[in-house]
Amino acid sequence: MENHKVVIVPCSGIGKSLGTVGRVATYKVIERMKPKETRTVCLALLTMGDGDALKLVRENPCIAVDGCPAQCSKKNIEASMGKLVHNTIVTDVLRKNRSLKPEGVIELNDQGDKLAEIIAKDLSKKADEILRKGN
Amino acid sequence: MTLATGKVGIICCSGEDLPEGTISRVATRLVLEKLRPDQTVTLCLPLFLAGGEDERAFARVFPTIAVDGCSKKCAEAGTRKFSGKPVATILVSEVMKKYPHLKAKSRERLEPQEMELATKVAEEIAKKVDEILCKTAKK
Repeated sequence: MENHKVVIVPCSGIGKSLGTVGRVATYKVIERMKPKETRTVCLALLTMGDGDALKLVRENPCIAVDGCPAQCSKKNIEASMGKLVHNTIVTDVLRKNRSLKPEGVIELNDQGDKLAEIIAKDLSKKADEILRKGN
Repeated sequence: MTLATGKVGIICCSGEDLPEGTISRVATRLVLEKLRPDQTVTLCLPLFLAGGEDERAFARVFPTIAVDGCSKKCAEAGTRKFSGKPVATILVSEVMKKYPHLKAKSRERLEPQEMELATKVAEEIAKKVDEILCKTAKK
């Protein structure tokens, strides 16, 4: 496990498109915007208390990305005693971008992808801040 | 084949870190949206921990199929630990062995070959749904 990376953990939201928005936003950051500075972990592994997953979230700053106010990612990181430094809820970002109508779980529509891009840019900035502060 | 009026729960791992996790998720949605929309329901796996008693009753209310991306079988183990024993488990990595020409590489957006793999997994889930509902109907 690498240290000094920001671990971005999207919820596994499968019932609505907002779970997919958070998931896609996470991949935009870890695969394209900040591949060297960020990574993710399977949330289900954390839920199950996997040793490597627990070590990762306890030793690295974590950002939770949740699709809905149930905040499964945030709650699971906290229950794992992970180093949660920031959390984003997709519904909050959507409220500020009311013109966007995300749809689709298997594949997001263009508006969902735009919302994911907005969230990804914010996550990317937040990851820089966190690493600059040396959390 | 006569299907009972009941429903089957499908819990997938959604594994964010692995392409197989995305396959598990897309396959589950294909069953829910296209193959067996009237016979299946789902729940986000981490809700077992973050949610309340209603969520944790899921596998006691519905016969449940776990869909796991890898051999760690988080969906199966999580469902058993927090809710109830799943009736069956579908493992994406096992299905892939039957179709060695289909590879899983993407975590975000599935390529046509990966969508074909997700469809194969979905068909196995749907077959299991039918078996479970048939058994339930006979009881």
